[in-house]
Amino acid sequence: MAEQDWKTSKRTFAAVSLPTLFWVLLFFLVPMAIVWLYSFGENRGLTDIDISGTLDNYKRATEWLYLTIFGKSFAVAALVTLICLIVGFPVAMAITFASEKWRPWLLLGIMLPFWTNLLIRTYALMMLLGTQGFANKGLGALWEGTSWIKTLVGLQPLPTWEPVQLLFNNFAVVFGLVYVHLPFMVLPLYAALDRLDRSLIEASLDLGAGHFRTIMRIVVPLAAPGIIAGVMITLIPALGAYLTPDLMGGTDSQMIANVIERQFKKANDWPFGAALSFLLIYAMFILIAIQSMRKKVPEVR
Amino acid sequence: MALFARAPIAPLEYSRTLWMRLWVGAVMVFLYAPLVVLMVFSFNDSKRNVVWRGFTTKYYEKALGNDQLVEALINSLTIAALATLASLVLGTLAAVMLWRFRFPWKGAIDGTISLPIIVPEICLGVAFLMFFAAVGWPTDLVWPFNLGAITIAHITFCFPFVTMVVRSRLASFNREQEEAAKDLGASEAQVFRDVLIPHIKPALVAGALLAFTLSLDDFVITYFTSGPDTITFPVKVYSMVRFSVTPEVNAASTLLIILTVVLTFIALKAQGVKAIAETH
Repeated sequence: MAEQDWKTSKRTFAAVSLPTLFWVLLFFLVPMAIVWLYSFGENRGLTDIDISGTLDNYKRATEWLYLTIFGKSFAVAALVTLICLIVGFPVAMAITFASEKWRPWLLLGIMLPFWTNLLIRTYALMMLLGTQGFANKGLGALWEGTSWIKTLVGLQPLPTWEPVQLLFNNFAVVFGLVYVHLPFMVLPLYAALDRLDRSLIEASLDLGAGHFRTIMRIVVPLAAPGIIAGVMITLIPALGAYLTPDLMGGTDSQMIANVIERQFKKANDWPFGAALSFLLIYAMFILIAIQSMRKKVPEVR
Repeated sequence: MALFARAPIAPLEYSRTLWMRLWVGAVMVFLYAPLVVLMVFSFNDSKRNVVWRGFTTKYYEKALGNDQLVEALINSLTIAALATLASLVLGTLAAVMLWRFRFPWKGAIDGTISLPIIVPEICLGVAFLMFFAAVGWPTDLVWPFNLGAITIAHITFCFPFVTMVVRSRLASFNREQEEAAKDLGASEAQVFRDVLIPHIKPALVAGALLAFTLSLDDFVITYFTSGPDTITFPVKVYSMVRFSVTPEVNAASTLLIILTVVLTFIALKAQGVKAIAETH
């Protein structure tokens, strides 16, 4: 049955549409419009903001300092997405081809961290990565072991182990973001792989292609929509991440969200913060536009 | 000899090959080890939280005796409950609207409804900060009305997720059931209550779980909309983490993890693992 025209039952349509439309207008579009307007304003005094239509905020955002932060945020988000894809793809494959009994539990295993509080997960990771944490102790034990083996074969032992700084640097930010976003990548990948026609994989294997070749030439192209969805679902929140770089990053690992936050809390420059926010939103739109353009390519061929 | 009695691995049984198992096992360790360590160390009798010094539950007593922390937790649960209820209603209505009707500007409205999912949290937080400042939202209301601003913000980013989940479930609804009900004399409201709602129930459970956990989880948007009297659990934990890493934070976190797991299992009991997994 086709969709019903709204005019045929106006009262029902009004009942289901008005609450939502009202809410979206008042509590989403209006706040966004305020941010947009403020981004063309300037500070007059401490709390007074004059919307004068100036483009100074956007001009300031193109200063080298902010451009590098934008560039760095993109680089970090892209790296995180790539690592999530490499780590997550085999996991999604394993879930897809697991036995009926195991599959729901594996899925649950991936989803449970996704449901656990982001702040708690970040904190848990901070505990583990601290200079006194287990990650350092494990590395230390490895180091001692290597040193011991070297003395065993008659070589000079390694110098004594110094705890490495795993926290408060760029490494920690990437590691933390991968930790937080991995479930985001695995779930859409699984959804795409699950829909795959298995006889195609069997045919490829029968015709003599190896497993790796089958995956690269058959599975990946067929699962491309899911892979792109996973990439977007990981890339977009990673680009706007605030908490992980704030808690786990050092002074040089600020991402764009941290700069925006500073404009509203410490620097108290709302118009500039609003301009940066909208630049981030435009960046999202461009990413989504690229994705929807890619979607149309196979139809053309 | 049991090792050799097993059926040989078929080509497509990827999950039975050794390296796949190792990979999945390593990922699970990566995902869960930090949480397990956090929970174990909440029982550690040491202030510096580094070396194991014996079992104690005193940090649970301390966390539960911390009035601010308990208040923050109650605030968070209240907001999450309210936001979940409202998101279920709004989300379901939106899903029904988009699924059932054809109307002008449909594409644009559809896109706008799912926009809060895409817009970065920080931008949404900033927008609510400016919005509530611009309309002069009162900040000196009594509990629970002082949580209004945060709850509104949470509903805005939670209900699109409910819409998404419910809509995918509605796609499998057979409209002939609706027609049959109408032929038998059911009114529009009765059809909605007795035919449509039972069909989308798994999606409602999944959507409610999603909305509740998203609301409970949110730090960034709440950070921008909360005032000094309306601290939520994540905001409180954040300030504690910034200040120092103490077992008290571990204890509080463990309690919230247990709450999440319990909620998940209630939802699973209601719908089964598969239904939840599929609607996700």
